[in-house]
Amino acid sequence: MTLLETQHLTLGYDDQTVINNLSFKVNDGDFICIVGANGSGKSTLAKGLLGLIKPKSGKVIFRQLEATNIGYMPQEHKINHNFPASVLEIVLSGFLNQTGHSPFYSKQQKQQALENLKLLHIEKLARETFNTLSGGQRQKVLLARSLCATTKLLILDEPSNNLDYKSKQELYRLAKKLNRKRHITILMITHDLDHKNLIGDKILALSGEKYFFGPTSEYVKTIHAEAHHA
Amino acid sequence: MLNSIVEMFSYDFIVRAFIVGVVISICAALLGVVLVLRRNSMIGDGLSHVAFGAFAIATVLNLTPLYFAIPVAIIVSFLILRLNQNSKIHGDSAIALVSASALAIGVMAISIIKGVNVDINAYLFGSILSVTTSDLVISSILGCIVILFFIFFYHRIFAITIDETFAKSIGLKVNYYQAILAIICSIVVVIGMKLLGSLLISSLIIFPCLTSMHLFKNFRQVIISSAVISVICFSVGLIASYLFSTPTGASVVIVNLVAYIICWLTSKLK
Repeated sequence: MTLLETQHLTLGYDDQTVINNLSFKVNDGDFICIVGANGSGKSTLAKGLLGLIKPKSGKVIFRQLEATNIGYMPQEHKINHNFPASVLEIVLSGFLNQTGHSPFYSKQQKQQALENLKLLHIEKLARETFNTLSGGQRQKVLLARSLCATTKLLILDEPSNNLDYKSKQELYRLAKKLNRKRHITILMITHDLDHKNLIGDKILALSGEKYFFGPTSEYVKTIHAEAHHA
Repeated sequence: MLNSIVEMFSYDFIVRAFIVGVVISICAALLGVVLVLRRNSMIGDGLSHVAFGAFAIATVLNLTPLYFAIPVAIIVSFLILRLNQNSKIHGDSAIALVSASALAIGVMAISIIKGVNVDINAYLFGSILSVTTSDLVISSILGCIVILFFIFFYHRIFAITIDETFAKSIGLKVNYYQAILAIICSIVVVIGMKLLGSLLISSLIIFPCLTSMHLFKNFRQVIISSAVISVICFSVGLIASYLFSTPTGASVVIVNLVAYIICWLTSKLK
């Protein structure tokens, strides 16, 4: 079942084109890594999928999914490091796409938020202040927040940025667990091209005008072939 | 001392100034938490200069200053927001441009009407004598709206303040909230300026938030304590200015400064 697809999608800012004529499909249950060098348009694509920037041409089509029901995890460094906020306050804000006109969160939502924290093994941090946490813990908090916003599709923007090896592996493990056990479709942007870390089933590789979209194993083969030629 | 305080509140103009001041303190503090954490706090400073310019022009044109200054401040606040989004000019430079220009226009306007008796000091440093009954009415309405807005949209305001990109991704109309905050900020600054003065009003927006951030570590506590701290500082400042015959605006700011230093030291000693 297809959750989301793009047809000849072209994205960019002002007169600059970043993503050119991209067509790909996200199926229910996929774990897709979006890779590419800095400036290749990974984050732009994420914003395009979320509807935060309008396509210059082509379109993004949602099937059994709404743009505001995607759990998005932006890059962590955008958050002001002096911000006084508890972990629970941040995680709960993920529910704001489901609260309708109610000014408060429901009991079930509070319960669910705690469960999401438990799922990521950070339930003990619920009352802690966000800015006192380590980088890995912060990423998990933001992941928990995006989990509150969706049960279907997560878009993670460079979740392993600035993490040490161990935290990175743990985060990848959690992402896999969400994908397998919770059946959450994941689109993960990364510039971590280490083969061992290519964890998804499929890869969308962006580089300039051309792109690769296919199974991870095939992608690894093409890189090997290219390396061989060079 | 108690007698003097009782005596102080027997004057109508002081009661008026007190009520307006308390309402403005609450509004400025709530707004300040959002502006400071979004790193937009200089908007308040920019708008206070704009309000000064608008008051001066209103005097020249013989208009009611309040009804002229509020719309002007609102328009300029939208302009500043636009300039902020337009990345070619940085937010801080945009605000500096706008405030210096507004100040210059104000000074020019006042120099034109040299013959007329304009109390430039009252504009710059505030005067509790200048608070009128219509200020009282407008600020009470404003106070109710601001408090209700912050209660009903509390969680959304939090989400937008901490992470605008995420807020947009879950469908919050960030631009609308920004516009509402800009309107509130304009009205707070214009009314507050009569009381505390153009040069001092921005401290009412910035101090309470920074003070309470030394004491509290989550958003709910910070936002509530900011309002409380702001009201206490204003009241102490107003009473002190009566007892020691000091300028009201400056007294309030100095009480805020002292509160900030005490809280900063407490957080260091902890």
